[in-house]
Amino acid sequence: MNSSIIIFPGSNCDRDMDVALKKFGFKNKMIWHNDTELPKSDLVVLPGGFSYGDYLRCGSMASKSKIIESIIKFAKSGGLLMGVCNGFQILTETELLPGALLPNKYSKFICKNVFVKINNTENNYFKNIKKNILELHIAHNEGNFFCSSDQMKNINDNNQIALTYCNKDGETDDNSNPNGAINNIAGLFNKQKNILGMMPHPERMIDTYLSGDDGSIFFQNLITNLK
Amino acid sequence: MKISAIVTLKKDVLDPQGKVVHQALNGMGFNNVKEVRQGKYFEIDIDEKDKKKAEEKAEDMCKKLLANLVIEDYKIIESQ
Repeated sequence: MNSSIIIFPGSNCDRDMDVALKKFGFKNKMIWHNDTELPKSDLVVLPGGFSYGDYLRCGSMASKSKIIESIIKFAKSGGLLMGVCNGFQILTETELLPGALLPNKYSKFICKNVFVKINNTENNYFKNIKKNILELHIAHNEGNFFCSSDQMKNINDNNQIALTYCNKDGETDDNSNPNGAINNIAGLFNKQKNILGMMPHPERMIDTYLSGDDGSIFFQNLITNLK
Repeated sequence: MKISAIVTLKKDVLDPQGKVVHQALNGMGFNNVKEVRQGKYFEIDIDEKDKKKAEEKAEDMCKKLLANLVIEDYKIIESQ
């Protein structure tokens, strides 16, 4: 399986993602944002970080990069495109995913482990995954998912919610919502479910001794689904 | 021609920065402040003499980059 990670100026989770993808069997290539062509890929990843220093709005400048046209073409033809953290923000700024990521409700940068519930397994990312609650890491200042009521209706009608913040028992409530996101949304699909944006970092949870294993479960399942 | 534009958060969008500024103003003794909303101000110098054309260009910039219309509104406030 071939994957590509796009590097923007200010990306800082690109190499962690590279380690994670290779660990689970992807042949990964790092692609500079100024390139115009994507190599043949089964998965394209927009990594976390602070592209362009988060100037103007998080992800706004990166969404106008040269490589984005190829990425939109790739995603529109059904290619698997995943954005993590700043990658999720870039996906909403390109309008490949609906809504926007606002500053956290309590004006704080949040860096901690959270639990997220998988809401939809009829897709290549989560099909047959052996756990439905994952413990993953978040680190963001703008993760408060917001959308209009019309967009929310479409999201619900098309079953686009991928992940919701929850407690360890899987209960989704205000106490388990770290940033004020509407309906505790932590991750979102497009209508076709080939594009996934999420605030949590699965690439930070691939080592039992350093962090945890729930990222490993995610990546192992993903590559198995793609084979 | 210089165009000035402001970008503000839509009314129903939470503005934590504005809220903190409001609290700080209260702490300084400005007790009659009802609400503070924070926005962005842009000065764009366009090489264009025709006012209408320059404003159209600035509006296009607002729509495509300067504002995110899901959460923000924009307004061209001055051209000179």
